[in-house]
Amino acid sequence: MGRNIRRVAARTGFYLLVGVIVFYTVFPFYWAVVSSLKTGSALFNVNLIPARPAWGNYVAVFTQQPFGRNILNSVIVASATVAVSLVLAVTASYALGRIRFRGRSTLLMVILAVSMFPQVAVLSGMFELIRTLGLYNNLAGLIVSYLIMTLPFTVWVLTTFMRELPRELEEAAMVDGASPWQIMTRVFLPLLGPAMVTTGLLAFIAAWNEFLFALTFTLTNDMRTVPVAIALISGASSFESPWGRIMAASVIVTVPLILLVLVFQRRIVSGLTTGAVKG
Amino acid sequence: MAGVTLRGLRKSFAGTEVIRGIDLDIPDSRFTVFVGPSGCGKSTLLRLIAGLEDPSAGSVLIDGDAVDHLPPAKRGIAMVFQSYALYPHMTVYDNMAFGLKLARHGRQAIRERVHRAASILQVEPLLSRKPRELSGGQRQRVAIGRAIVRDPRVFLFDEPLSNLDAALRVQMRLELTRLQAELEGTMVYVTHDQVEAMTLGHRIVVLNNGAVEQAGSPLELYHRPRNLFVAGFIGSPRMNFLAASLAGVGGDTATVALAGGGRLAVPAAPGKVRPGQRVTLGVRPEHLNAAGEGDLRLDGIVLVAERLGSETYLYVRLADGQEVTVKAAGDTSIQSGDQVPVGIRGGACHLFGDDGAALVPTDVQSGEAGPPAS
Amino acid sequence: MAFNEPPVPPPARPSSLARQRVRAAYLFVAPMLVLLAAVDGYPLLRTIFFSFTDAHLGALEAYRFVGLANFRALVQDPVWWQAVWNTVIFAAVSVSLEMVLGVAVALVLNAHMRGRGMLRAAVLIPWAIPTVVSAKMWGWMYNDLYGVINHVLTAAGLIGHPLAWTADPHLALGAVIAVDVWKTTPFVALLALAALQMLPTEIYEAARVDGIHPAKVFFRVTLPLISPALVVAAVFRLLDALRVFDLIYVLTSNSRSTMSMSVYARQQLVDFRDVGYGSAAATLVFAVVAVTTVVFITLSRIRLED
Repeated sequence: MGRNIRRVAARTGFYLLVGVIVFYTVFPFYWAVVSSLKTGSALFNVNLIPARPAWGNYVAVFTQQPFGRNILNSVIVASATVAVSLVLAVTASYALGRIRFRGRSTLLMVILAVSMFPQVAVLSGMFELIRTLGLYNNLAGLIVSYLIMTLPFTVWVLTTFMRELPRELEEAAMVDGASPWQIMTRVFLPLLGPAMVTTGLLAFIAAWNEFLFALTFTLTNDMRTVPVAIALISGASSFESPWGRIMAASVIVTVPLILLVLVFQRRIVSGLTTGAVKG
Repeated sequence: MAGVTLRGLRKSFAGTEVIRGIDLDIPDSRFTVFVGPSGCGKSTLLRLIAGLEDPSAGSVLIDGDAVDHLPPAKRGIAMVFQSYALYPHMTVYDNMAFGLKLARHGRQAIRERVHRAASILQVEPLLSRKPRELSGGQRQRVAIGRAIVRDPRVFLFDEPLSNLDAALRVQMRLELTRLQAELEGTMVYVTHDQVEAMTLGHRIVVLNNGAVEQAGSPLELYHRPRNLFVAGFIGSPRMNFLAASLAGVGGDTATVALAGGGRLAVPAAPGKVRPGQRVTLGVRPEHLNAAGEGDLRLDGIVLVAERLGSETYLYVRLADGQEVTVKAAGDTSIQSGDQVPVGIRGGACHLFGDDGAALVPTDVQSGEAGPPAS
Repeated sequence: MAFNEPPVPPPARPSSLARQRVRAAYLFVAPMLVLLAAVDGYPLLRTIFFSFTDAHLGALEAYRFVGLANFRALVQDPVWWQAVWNTVIFAAVSVSLEMVLGVAVALVLNAHMRGRGMLRAAVLIPWAIPTVVSAKMWGWMYNDLYGVINHVLTAAGLIGHPLAWTADPHLALGAVIAVDVWKTTPFVALLALAALQMLPTEIYEAARVDGIHPAKVFFRVTLPLISPALVVAAVFRLLDALRVFDLIYVLTSNSRSTMSMSVYARQQLVDFRDVGYGSAAATLVFAVVAVTTVVFITLSRIRLED
């Protein structure tokens, strides 16, 4: 009898804990959504559910600043960075993951170390480089600067994926007379589809979220990316923040990301953990 | 078809020597099997022949040509891997055609060769399927077909049957034997299963710790093992080994005194034996009987009787504590706990010295050899 | 079978297969390396170079060498040391909290229950949200006038009057840490979960048969087994925390009570336009992260080798 009560208590306690976790993780987002639907003075009331939900803030997001343009900028920059990184990383990771050559482990360590660079540490040098290339306040300038983090990351993750491909497959291709390039393009690349998607996705999210370089290397609103645009949303006076609009912008940006992450949940988790746990 | 010659072959991995100086002649158009316990280097040896590993010393010759500097694709070899290693994203046809496409053969020529190989292995109906749609046995056949298409001088097999279930393995063994006879191919085959080795090979090379223990025909290895290792490796259940010492020598036999008592006259090479020498007496379970018939009778108690239906294996503890396995008839009434007289015929015994070498004349004979005269 | 011939000399060089592969390896790695050196290596070296000059943002070409003057000024700046202190506290507290909470959440996720997938999806949400957005969301919740946190706490009677979470020097760092914990715990939880799922279940079944208390099983069996993965996660998180910028800047701007080393460096560089001095600060940040990285790599190499 006591055992059953203990079990019920344990189970309720457990589900209570689950509830707390879910509340803790989801509430801030929920609150942002709720706040975004409150216009004018409704924001000053702390209601859990908006009394009169309205889309005014969402409209304002797009009319008061070039937010649509900002979204486009983010898409362009993140996609380009990821594309360039993937192309270069695939070939490099084949060599790093499957061919034993002198300096390989050092190179891997260097790549890992590079991904640990503080962005601040390259800020002045990067600024000079971008200005010399004439790419200040230009999306291409951002793309160049973003490579500093997407390149090492994609190389590292793809190398771990490459290592897991079966050795006998490669040897069969060698016996068949395939050169390393042919092995990579005709045998391994077709098998790497899921890995590329995962890696590309993770790199895309990282590039999308980048803030420091986007803040420092762009000047005008129409060149800004989404994170910077949101951070700089300002109201009529410099002391007043249009929180409703800020929340609306946040929701606009977050919903697709959340959907993306939910859909590719498994892939993302395996990509993250492959790199860190087994890497 | 070509023969393979290994000369002074050595291979070390990170300081550990895995292949310790192997000289071997692999005859052409024959089925040669490398067999040995895991870690003996048999796979490494195969990969050295294939060119997937570089030797640390020594050289590999195929058909008399030194191939050490050639990559695998140019050595005229084809390899069948343990996991079949079929390209998962290609159809069976493309799998088999891949090597030819890389070598830029004409489309017509490729189609002919693929179809010919596919018909030999009876996989023609599967040509448009992908590997994941095939069963284990089918994949294996496609892997072999891919090898045949290359029209190699030597076929290399790396434990290809290990991933199949028992019944399929037996069936594939028969097919491989038939295939070799039909193609008259030089086949080098690696396995850890000595039954596979005995049934498939024209010639067996027993490897242990990176060196060749003995090479010869299956029956030669069975009847005339050159050392303790080969004697204990070939034949299942394992040969029995009894501690003994040499009591006397005469002509081509030696009198052996068993540690547990009793004497036996055993064939031995005259020059190799000295009285008083400590020896090991080896006798196979099938050459013992539980009826006390033979030159010597040892009493013992049956610990376990393993009944297989076709035969029964009795695990007997002798009076001196040593244990032997005795093969008895399938319908024997003997059971565990019974006292049995174990009968040994001296003529069926093998004698091994302190160093494990067989104390019998070493004739280098290949081909079929019958059991030693009794 | 043995040849009575003199021993054959070893092959003079590796076979063409091995050589071909190594050559291809260098070719494959080269483009990536070149780009990395240009985009990463060069700017870094340039920044370090600038730290020995008095360059100014308006006129980058006109500079003079000033030796270690920037570094000397840096070491004497109390604001810099405040930034260092903030960063260290931030890193230490955040990472510790994230590890503990992450493991706890992973344990919950690992349990067999209905809706496990949904729970995992919910847990991923903080990670999916861009840092800037998280900062803004929490900034709104922390708002001293209309924030929901103040509202709930006052209503519950836990505080007497609304607090300025992001402005009050005593509370700001804690507020920032709370947001970082919220944002990053999912990452640690996922890593810990992956490690947990790689453990063989037989140990737990054996423990259950033996009737060992689950808490003891956790501390004596589970924790030691997943600690390699946890250590990796902790090190990554620590290095990330040492270079933190986005969260602090967006939530509390250049406020001294929360500014991290990176925020300080950027302020000098961009707001005060002092490239020389800012680069010196940036170089120090790099040095701190580099030293920490090297220490851990060496430690892990040592562990790998024995």
